[in-house]
Amino acid sequence: MDPRLITAVIVVLGVPAVLIGYIWLTERALGLLGQRARAGLRPWLWLAPALAFLAVFLVYPTIGTLVRSFQDKTGTSFVGLDNFAWFFNNDASLLALRNSLIWLVVLTALTVGLGLLIAVLVDRVRYETVAKSVIFVPLAISMVAASVIWTFMYWRSTPPDPQIGTLNAALGSVGVAPVAWIQVSDFGFNSIMLVIVMAWMWTGFCMVILSAALKGINPELLEAARVDGATERQVFRRITLPLMAPTIAVVTTTMLITALKAFDIVYVMTSGHFDTQVVAFQLIQELYNFNSPGRASAIGIILLLAIIPIMAFNIRRFRAQEAIR
Amino acid sequence: MTAIPAAAADKSPGRIGRRIPLHFVVIFLMVVWLIPTIGLLVNSFRPPDAVTSSGWWTAIFSPSQFTLDNYAHVLAQSNMSAGFVNSLFISIPATVIPIMVAAFAAYAFAWMKFPGRDILFVVVVGLLVVPLQSTFIPILQLYGPKGLNIAGSFLAVWLAHTGYGLPFAIYLLRNFMGELPREVFESAAIDGASPVTAFFRLALPMTVPAIAALAIFQFLFTWNDLLVALVYIGAQNPDNVPLTIVVSNLVSSLGGGWQYLAAAAFVTMALPLAVFLALQRYFVRGIVGGAVKG
Repeated sequence: MDPRLITAVIVVLGVPAVLIGYIWLTERALGLLGQRARAGLRPWLWLAPALAFLAVFLVYPTIGTLVRSFQDKTGTSFVGLDNFAWFFNNDASLLALRNSLIWLVVLTALTVGLGLLIAVLVDRVRYETVAKSVIFVPLAISMVAASVIWTFMYWRSTPPDPQIGTLNAALGSVGVAPVAWIQVSDFGFNSIMLVIVMAWMWTGFCMVILSAALKGINPELLEAARVDGATERQVFRRITLPLMAPTIAVVTTTMLITALKAFDIVYVMTSGHFDTQVVAFQLIQELYNFNSPGRASAIGIILLLAIIPIMAFNIRRFRAQEAIR
Repeated sequence: MTAIPAAAADKSPGRIGRRIPLHFVVIFLMVVWLIPTIGLLVNSFRPPDAVTSSGWWTAIFSPSQFTLDNYAHVLAQSNMSAGFVNSLFISIPATVIPIMVAAFAAYAFAWMKFPGRDILFVVVVGLLVVPLQSTFIPILQLYGPKGLNIAGSFLAVWLAHTGYGLPFAIYLLRNFMGELPREVFESAAIDGASPVTAFFRLALPMTVPAIAALAIFQFLFTWNDLLVALVYIGAQNPDNVPLTIVVSNLVSSLGGGWQYLAAAAFVTMALPLAVFLALQRYFVRGIVGGAVKG
């Protein structure tokens, strides 16, 4: 038998057993202590395994990255803010910054907007479940497979060869010349085309959550408004939308973070060529292609800093939620 | 209930006529969402010269040309089945471990009082945004010969996926557990139940929808992952590489063999799609339970 299979079985059964044993043992140990010490210590014992993993795999490396961001290429001497100054003073990274902004705005707007629209529309048809599955399913596909799929969509053959890409063939059938979808970089056109691939994958995620929020609204509330003579548009804008606002906020922050970290699609479809570079991919390139961990680390820190406003918003929301619990 | 006033007046005489635009829009969106995948699926069954000389939609009118050769060719690549098995070896433990670890932490965050709880939870959720790429160098050093010496092994990936998956797992489970009725836990405490009993007898069974959703999510994430496997296994141990790496290598070695590319993409998609379609009800219920009432 494959020794790796034995290891896998041991891990799948063993890890839960060890964790349960750990909790059980700590509870026995806590039994020896006084009431107050017990209540004070217990949460930390329950949190310990998770905090240990987080410390090793996320906190420690992030601190390492912060330190490295102030160091030179070889990591031997400190260069102050040079890496950050470099980032904000060269055309390549400013372009990546612009594209990342396009990703942030367009991806969030598309996924949340379309997600809301579809949630509202399918709520009114009998084949709702089927419609939702169709929109939702691309989320299960890997970015690599999605990129292959959309390469077929965006493909442009050199005329007079027949257009075998779906979009260009569709354009051709109404007499429009084929478009080089992922090569034309004017006004970030091709970046938006890449965002569309991601939006195709993530709209279903937003739709499902928004749809649940929509169904959570008490129908009597809406009926009461209608009886009072409100039009459907007013009902939606004055009642439905405000009630859904917290959920829209959750979905929006999730998508902002997803947009900021996105790089796979750029990596597979263009490798950052044709001016489609984004900040998260530039980090990888600085690290592996240009071998400058200092600069890569600085980019990592800039990404983190960009997320702080989103986090601050999340903290406020979390506090408010706790207050009403 | 709706943003479309035209479709709203269900009881009016023109009901059927007024609903036509609604159906048109919904079906249009469904078609738009399906076309990319259908195009790839059709091309994966077509012979090479057909794929490069005409669009996939032409094949629908001449289905006789469909062939399984592309799949036979892709599956015959020696490391394809090994990759499939490796992917399972990687993703199943990488799904089980973080969920167990996260469940205890989520319960502590939801139902235990301790100083700094909210701040700590916010920090944990804040870790959601750490770009994975920025953690690779320190972790690779830790995994290397001077550290634990596990680079290239499954263990290396299991541990990494656990660390990376925890913030979302804790966030989701904490939100779901936090919504459970307070009275249940209060009366359990009055009856003398310890937190351990309350956790295993009450919190855990009631959290099953969220756990199911999380399991599906984490499984999809680890199965579809290319980056983590590439960094921690890729170079060190070619015998352990998952399907995603095998396929991406295949893509470059086939040098733009479109029909093979399509078939290979579908092989990687098969299992996650099956899991997803079979279990999407649980997935939706759990994810939604954690997010909506926020």
